[in-house]
Amino acid sequence: MSTGITETETEEEQTEAVGAARAAGESAYQQARMEKKEIDEANREARRQAREAVENADRTVELKVFRYDPEVPEKEEPRFDSFPVPFSKGMTVLDALMWARDHYDSSLTFRHSCRQAVCGSDALFVNGKQRLGCKTQVADLAEQGVPSTVRIEPLPHAEVVKDLVVDMEHFYDQMESVEPYFQDEDTPDGLNEQRQSRENREKIKMSTRCIWCGACMSSCNIAAGDNQYLGPAAINKAYRFAMDEREGEDLTEHRLNIIEQEHGVWRCQTQFSCTEVCPKDIPLTEHIQALKREAVKKNLKFW
Amino acid sequence: MHEHDVIVVGGGGAGLRAAIAAHEEGADVAIVTKLHPVRSHTGAAEGGINAALRDGDDWTDHAYDTMKGSDYLGDAPAIETLCQDSPGETIQLEHWGMPFSREDDGRVSQRPFGGLSFPRTTYAGAETGHHLLHTMYEQVVKRGITVYDEYYVANLAVTDHPDPEDRECHGCIAYDIKSGDLTAFKATGGVILATGGDGQAFDHTTNAVANTGDGPAMAYRAGVPMEDPEFVQFHPTTLPSTGVLISEGVRGEGGILYNSEGERFMFERGYANNDGELASRDVVSRAELTEVNEGRGIEDEYVYLDMRHLGEERIVDRLENILHLAEDFEGVDGLEEPMPVKPGQHYHMGGIETNENGETCVSGLYAAGECACVSVHGSNRLGGNALPELIVFGARAGYHAAGRDMGEAQIQTGPSAAIEHETDLDTPVSPGALDRPDPDVAADGGAVTADPDAVVESALETERERVETLMERDGINHAEIRADLQDAMTQWVNVFREKEGLQKALEAIRECRERYQNVAVADPSRTFNTDLIHTIETRNLIDVAETITLGALARDEFRGAHWRAEHQERDDEHWLKHTMIAWNDGSPDLYYTDVILEGQDKAYEPKIRSY
Repeated sequence: MSTGITETETEEEQTEAVGAARAAGESAYQQARMEKKEIDEANREARRQAREAVENADRTVELKVFRYDPEVPEKEEPRFDSFPVPFSKGMTVLDALMWARDHYDSSLTFRHSCRQAVCGSDALFVNGKQRLGCKTQVADLAEQGVPSTVRIEPLPHAEVVKDLVVDMEHFYDQMESVEPYFQDEDTPDGLNEQRQSRENREKIKMSTRCIWCGACMSSCNIAAGDNQYLGPAAINKAYRFAMDEREGEDLTEHRLNIIEQEHGVWRCQTQFSCTEVCPKDIPLTEHIQALKREAVKKNLKFW
Repeated sequence: MHEHDVIVVGGGGAGLRAAIAAHEEGADVAIVTKLHPVRSHTGAAEGGINAALRDGDDWTDHAYDTMKGSDYLGDAPAIETLCQDSPGETIQLEHWGMPFSREDDGRVSQRPFGGLSFPRTTYAGAETGHHLLHTMYEQVVKRGITVYDEYYVANLAVTDHPDPEDRECHGCIAYDIKSGDLTAFKATGGVILATGGDGQAFDHTTNAVANTGDGPAMAYRAGVPMEDPEFVQFHPTTLPSTGVLISEGVRGEGGILYNSEGERFMFERGYANNDGELASRDVVSRAELTEVNEGRGIEDEYVYLDMRHLGEERIVDRLENILHLAEDFEGVDGLEEPMPVKPGQHYHMGGIETNENGETCVSGLYAAGECACVSVHGSNRLGGNALPELIVFGARAGYHAAGRDMGEAQIQTGPSAAIEHETDLDTPVSPGALDRPDPDVAADGGAVTADPDAVVESALETERERVETLMERDGINHAEIRADLQDAMTQWVNVFREKEGLQKALEAIRECRERYQNVAVADPSRTFNTDLIHTIETRNLIDVAETITLGALARDEFRGAHWRAEHQERDDEHWLKHTMIAWNDGSPDLYYTDVILEGQDKAYEPKIRSY
């Protein structure tokens, strides 16, 4: 509806117009009041439903979620918020977080998208370990089958942007620094394929599964202390290309030079923490060691 | 204001391919995407890429299969382009290093898929989309193409001419998710929408949470018609608890569907006596639900998909990812037990109307990938045809926007292609925008027709007002509205549809639209405000859901994925035509255009579809 007033010319018309405007204004005010009431009612109803769902649930799980927002005064100081969430079999940590966000606090912030462990955006620190929220069953975090508390924090060793969201720029920079793209020397013409043996595809298969979630980097003690260390994900990416028989010898050597730099493969101390947290089961530590071996064979250089 | 020759909105398969093509053509191109590119939903595609690569196969066979699969609602020029360009584009990926599965001689592997007369689905394990996405992103990095990641495009900068065919798109407005700043992007060559699917309109979907139909909704409100929106594909094998996809590759390799009585129902109940489990997706989805509805489902909800007999070696070699998905998301060991599956929303065949060069009727506005409808899938998409669509039409849109002469398109777009208008569709509520003066429900493009900078500035101002309104007022949370919308769509606009249900869905959508007038963002922060993003997305879902439902109500026949209780026959006499729904100042206008069955060398004669 419109409350606009059109221009009027005569005094009589003006008086009429003022009356009409007042009437229109009042009805707009009343409408606004009504809407406010409806909104309050709707919001109360939503809260009531959430409460009821928690009260009626056979079991609930208590999420303890890290909160931080540099912009909002009451959230500047990092803290933990608790959200009771009705527990059901099959529920993942991501499901629980979404429930809490949709029913208690729409400002609760975390990245997520595919819900099936391929987009890599919801790597979190759950009960003290890097995991994908979507791939972690709440029940699996339970002691004696009864999940009580799930503690959810942003990935360690990364700058927190807000709540559970961390800055991924450093991770992306490290990935890009290893020239993460196939570099062909002699691409066949037209529809002719480059041949690759089954064995060679098998050799690089696991390395190609990386979803860039950043869990490995977050779990790595060396990366935590050395910001320039390439880190497990980037070295794995280098492995993926260095071991691909379709790239020629010269390129392999070029790639080994990149990973052999001062903050490259030799920094790895074989602690296996990256391998342990990788949600795609990539044998990261093995790949790093394999590149060390290649480097030794090709051109020994120690830093 | 950022300025580039070509702006690509979306960083999934189609967006990356479009950007690479525009770059090859010499354009200064930028990708603006709400997710970092490697997070895109293309990464979840499992099956493969159909391409006629081998002796004994030919692009004309691929075109014939696709035309038949579409139930004769695909346009021949688009389908022939898809099938001709796919082999070259697929091998291009191989040349870029994509780790395809390999045959003994080192060539890329192919396997059978539903509805195909030749095993032409080229694949990389059961994670083809992941490898395709990463391979193309690698090429984007190699070329140094600018990527604005975590920028949410919320509005297009389009001129305000009365006729959409006179309108021009000069850019778009995006919300920098990390800082909260609204940023204007001006494109001198064109804006390419590659925003992917809209499965979040349903509550049981294989789609990512980010798939909210942003591109279609923006294009629709800018005056581009939505083509064949009623055709939504339900994939027959999704996990019941989450909607996670179990690839058609499982059936391609020989997986078997059973009901609770242990019957191989596709054959034993006569749903597809020749092709069985490998009938096309619409056929299998209906068969499964019929089994469940007739009491032969398991737990009244699902059926079994069994791959145990394939043997561990073959499963691990070709379907390893499926083992992980079944284990992680359903707690089932696929080597030891059959997997529970049921149909779930998977793909939207309809979308932004384009021609085979990716152009829409608004000049300078392009679309490619799932958000677009060039009409290669018609009323039912064959498995393995989505990925070639991304690369073929992504590339073509990129080349055209960057200025390459692609020749005149054979597919006509826009209202001038209309053959008839629907005048008396019986809708229970009046669809479209509400009449409250709110910038968020403003119809059509920008406010001005002046120079490009002014159009972009005006769109920026409109968006700023919308965001401020949402941030400042009190109101309800979008999440409730989204949940109600998803419920209504799943209940009434699903695999089986009937008139009364579709009308109920329209009423429910209208109610969502009315409640959305009172939506507000509770999070006051500008930093990474996902509350705001999801609120804007919810508006897009309402518009998309309405076009799906309106189209479904109008089309009273049974074609492909669109089943109607009251109309159990394909009605070529009345319905061999494309549905078009255009926003038209907030009041959806429904009209029809011809289906083009004339190909390069031959015409495709509609035949009964049997498998």
